[in-house]
This record gives sequence, C-alpha cells and structure tokens, in this order.
Amino acid sequence: MRLVKAGRVIEDRFVRVLDDAPVPDGVAVVVPATRLIADARDLVLRQAPTGVIWPNDRKIAELAPYLDWIALVALVFPNFRDGRAYSQARLLRERHQFHGELRATGQVLRDQLLFLQRAGFDAFEVTKDADAAAFAEAVHRYSVFYQPTGDGRASTLTARRARGASPAVQSQREYVA
Amino acid sequence: MYIYDDFDRTLVDERVREFRDQVARRLSGELTEEEFKPLRLMNGVYLQLHAYMLRIAIPYGTLSSDQLRMLAHVARRYDRNYGHFTTRQNIQFNWIKLEELPDATADLARVGLHGMQTSGNCVRNITTDQWAGVAPDEIEDPRIWAELLRQHLTLHPEFSFLPRKFKIALTASAHDRAAVKIHDIGLRMHRNGAGEAGFEVMVGGGLGRTPFLGKTIKPFLPKRDLLSYVEAIMRTYNQYGRRDNIYKARIKILVHELGAERFAREVEEEWRSIKDGALALDPAVVDDIAARFRYPDYEALADDPPELAQARADNRFRVWLDNSVSNHKLPGYAIVTLSLKPEGAPPGDATAQQMDAIADVAERYSFGEIRVGHEQNLALPHVAQRDLPALWRALDEIGVATPNVNLISDIIACPGLDYCSLANARSIPVAEEITRRFKDLDLARNLGRLHINISGCINACGHHHIGHIGILGVEKNGEEYYQVTIGGRADEGAELGKILGPAVPYGEIADVVEDIAAAYLELRERPDEIFIDTVARVGVDPFKERVYAAR
Repeated sequence: MRLVKAGRVIEDRFVRVLDDAPVPDGVAVVVPATRLIADARDLVLRQAPTGVIWPNDRKIAELAPYLDWIALVALVFPNFRDGRAYSQARLLRERHQFHGELRATGQVLRDQLLFLQRAGFDAFEVTKDADAAAFAEAVHRYSVFYQPTGDGRASTLTARRARGASPAVQSQREYVA
Repeated sequence: MYIYDDFDRTLVDERVREFRDQVARRLSGELTEEEFKPLRLMNGVYLQLHAYMLRIAIPYGTLSSDQLRMLAHVARRYDRNYGHFTTRQNIQFNWIKLEELPDATADLARVGLHGMQTSGNCVRNITTDQWAGVAPDEIEDPRIWAELLRQHLTLHPEFSFLPRKFKIALTASAHDRAAVKIHDIGLRMHRNGAGEAGFEVMVGGGLGRTPFLGKTIKPFLPKRDLLSYVEAIMRTYNQYGRRDNIYKARIKILVHELGAERFAREVEEEWRSIKDGALALDPAVVDDIAARFRYPDYEALADDPPELAQARADNRFRVWLDNSVSNHKLPGYAIVTLSLKPEGAPPGDATAQQMDAIADVAERYSFGEIRVGHEQNLALPHVAQRDLPALWRALDEIGVATPNVNLISDIIACPGLDYCSLANARSIPVAEEITRRFKDLDLARNLGRLHINISGCINACGHHHIGHIGILGVEKNGEEYYQVTIGGRADEGAELGKILGPAVPYGEIADVVEDIAAAYLELRERPDEIFIDTVARVGVDPFKERVYAAR
C-alpha cells in the first residue's frame, strides 16, 4: 500500500489508534468513528491533528458536528465494488463544506482514482504499488466531464453554455464516418 | 439523429484508450479476472458460455445508416457475421475475442458508438420510445431528456459502483412503447393542469426473480428538476440499497422494504438540498441538446398517394402494409417496422448483409435513420408513403418484411442456454418452434395482437412476466421445463402475468401455446377483443382447464 497525495507518494504522518488504545500526544492520529464520538470532548483539546475512519454504512450527517476540528476523514472501500463512500465524500465536500484531508482507504485500485478524485478525495491509500506509480496517468485519462461534482472541473453542462457555440457552428465539426 | 459534438467524441475516444489499457493489463496478468470483471462489464463485455460477448448501446434506439454499417463491419470482422438486438436498445456480438475488443471498440467509436455502461452495476443505456420524434401521440421528443440523462449519468463518479444495475426508461406518448413501469426509474412525460410538460417519476419497477411494477413517487416533476431529482434517487439508492445479497440489491427491494412513501420522503429530503444547485437545468443547455437532434427535411406530402393505392392490389403488400406500417406525425409519411422474427430463426438477430442492406434502404427511403425497439425489431421512422411499395420489395428481398409485427410469432426472447451461462433452459429453439407452429399468417392475424416473451431463467431478460403469454425456462431434475404465465403486459396498463399451472417439459411447450391460442379463439367475445382483454375478462382458469385437461 502507498499513500498518494497531491500526485506524489508520501509518508503517512497519521498513526492509527484502535478503540481501546491510548491516544499518543503530539502525534497526528486517526481514530474509529465510535471512538471519536465517545471521546470527542478530550480529542477536541488535542494540539496534534485528529482524524477519523468513518464506515460506509453510517450517515455522514452524524459526523457533521465534529468537522470543524477534524483534520482528516478516511472513508472506506471494503472492496472496490462497494461505492457507498463516493456519496459520503460528495456530501462531506459539497454539503458539509469539509476542507480537511479526505482519504480513500480499503481496496483502492487504479481504475477508481479519477472517480475518487472527482467525488472529492484528495488522499489515496492505493492498494498496489504499480497503481500508485501510475497515479498521474490514471487521473488524466479524461478531459471531458459530463456532470458537475463540486471538484472544480468544468462540466459540459456549464462548458457548453459558456462557449455559447451555436449548432450551426458545431455542425462543421461533426463526425464523418 | 443526435449529432455528437467534440465533447461527446472526445469522451468516447478517451474511453477507448482507457479500455485498451485495461485489456492490456488483464492480458499481462497485472489485473486479476476479479479486478477486470467490473471494468469490462462497464464496457459491455460479458464472459458467456463459449466466448466474450460485447454489448453496444444504441441510445434511445436511434441509429444512422453509417452506424448500422459499422455494426455490420464489427459483425463481419470480429464476430460470426451477425448481431443480436436486445430488449433494451442494445446490440450484442456473441463471439468476440478479448485481444480484439479494443480494436472493435475503436472502430465503433469512429461513428460515435460505444459499449459504455451497457453492463455492470451502473446506470445502463437509457431507453425510450423507438418512435420518438415521429409518433403522432407524443407530447414532445423524449430523446432530448434521454440524452440529457445519458450525459449526466455517463461515467458519473458517484454512481459507477452501485449496489446493482440500474435501468431508466422514458416515454412521452399516451401509449407507452418503452415499458417504463418495469424500470428502476420510469419517466412518463405528461402535462399538468397548467399545460406545462413534466415527468411522472416511477421507481422500483423490475422483473427478475422478484418482479415489481414501478411506483409513482412524484406525480409531476418540472423539466428543470429532472437531473437533480434523478441524482437524489440515485444517491439514496447508492447509500441505502442492499449490498449483502445480490438478489436483493436492486432498487425495487429498497423501495419495497422501506415502502414507496418513506422512500419518496428520503428522496425528497435529499432533493431539497440540491435542486437549486448546479443541476437545475438552464433552458439554454436544454436547447443546445435539442438543437443537436436533427430532423429530416420533410416534403409537404398528402396521405394515401396514388402509388400506394395501386400497390394495395397486391395481397402480400396489403397484408404487410396493414401489419408493419404505422402512422407518422406528418401527412404523407409512415413509420415502418422491420420484423427480425422470421419463421424458424432466433428473434432479434440480423446478419451483416442484412444490416448493410437496411442501412442502404434507410438512406434511400428514411433519411438515413433507423430505430431499434425493445421488441427486438427495427423501424424506419421517416418513410414517404409513396415509397412504401418499393421499400417493401427491398425489405422482402432481405427477409425483414415478415408481416408478423405484434402477432404471436413476434416473440421476445433472451439468448437462453444456447449462449448464456446463467440460463436454465433454451429460449431460442422454443421461439423458433412457436414461429413454425404459427407460420400460417391468416391464423396469426386472426389471433391478433399477442406478445410472447421467453426467458431462459429467473433473471427474466426475455421479460416473461410482462408477456401476454410469458414462458420461463426452469430446470427440473436436469431437464428443461417451462412455466407459463398469461395476462402480463408492459404498456401503460402494465400488469405482471399470472401462473397458468405446473411447468411443462421442453417437448410440450409449443403445444401449450397452441392450446392457449385455441382457448382464446373460443373464449373471446368478438374478433377484436384481443387476447390480453379476454384474459382480463375471464381470468386464468378457463385457459388453465384447457391446457391441463389433457395433461
């Protein structure tokens, strides 16, 4: 597994702490959702960053009250075919305005990376080393995006409007079989 | 025709490159079959009994002559010289080699065709009325809305790994030719009290092992809200649809378990948060899409030209005219259905030669446009009535003028055990045998409108539940048996068929259909009471007695 952020493989500065283990001082930690909710009063006082692993079957609205002091939310792909965390990611970014690190964890493969990025993820625990190495290629496969997702990329919905191209102009560039 | 712009073309080309890379990684072993499977499925590639199958989308059933010629080319170059049109406005090639798939998809991309999302747990090809844009009874052309949905849901990052497959269909006519009530989302265009056009939104329809008809969760949705409301449905399903059991993962189960009202409330709540955001449809964007649908330069013509009146003297022509030709919204024009159900052949198959010939004929007589319907037939949507006699001769020559449209031999069938690894029983030979039994056109015409649907297993790809006569292949002690239902229908009065009685063995299924047909002829009140109406009036029992009396 390799952690990729801003297009580069980096060291993970966050330490995972389980439900019953002590939380070390001065170190960035990631705790399970249950621990976050149970110990929120203590965790909020920490100087070092705190993150949470949020399961994909728990409503993201429950996480909302903690978002202003949480540095990282890790969302889970138990296997890559389970796409619930894509919705959670968009809700975090677009509805709850979460600006911290949003990390994809679990089974994260090359062919998901662009979808993940478009849903709002900015950190990726990529399962295979070769996929991490191919990150740049994988997220630049497409230059056209039909739907707006709040990731900042222009969608054709708005691009067509902005360009204001009339069908008459367009027809010059139609395909010829 | 919808004419792709540079955005659309670029995306398809990028998809081809991506898939070529994925296939290369599979062939090199970098991807396991388990990892490759969802990727190939989202490009329309299945692994069937004997080979890979490639499914190509025909969005809203509209094809150009150039596109049909390219399908013929793929059939010839990469397959065994034929293709199979499906019940969801797709075409399937059954014998494709994995190594050649990238080249086949690149060839298809040259004419804007692709297999994106024709399979896998994502939003499938969005289907609509094959007569869209030319049907006399439609409110407006539903393809504009189908295209907006197609674009919005193509490579949608949030909805590409859904609990299960997801099918959307639209109709804008009083008579529903798109079977919207058996779709995950069914959209029916209609006008509200103020005369404004919008959508009735139905969710949770579907067949398979737990058939349901869609339930209305929004009686009237304004057009501007189409994308945001569909997004809200999808988001609700993506988060709460079951993933623990593949047979309970469709949205119909979620809607059933929550109840339609509670499901509607969940969607409504989600929708309120997004309805005025980026997905609210700007009329200029809709106009831009609408402008990309080109209509032919029709002539001002009158109905019933002299050429047509003369040709009626030929009895074979007249029979075909009465059966296969329908009213067009403009005078002097007609919609012509091409039967892909000749006697003794697999329903929905067309050879490369037929496809090429149909492409030529369409160019000559239908402004280069062909339609594909869920009944697995083709249509030419813009034929001048004066050209009908010449067109008929051309179609007859290539074997697609069998005048059995909507009759008992116009059977819808899945590929069944001849191709499919899921099937319990064969479908195609049953269909072929039934077409032989009813090859007498006078008998078939006397029976009138009668739809037979055959599925080779409970997954119901042949839509047996909504056949007037539905035939489901099951396995009993290693033998092929068939369970029969009657009274199903897929249109605006959609119903699920009722089981007639115990399943019968392969050797008897065509006899059973003959018995049902004979019973109907005795039971109907008058010749124009069609089969489905007789079943509705007298119920299943009189048919059951007739079929099982001697068994």
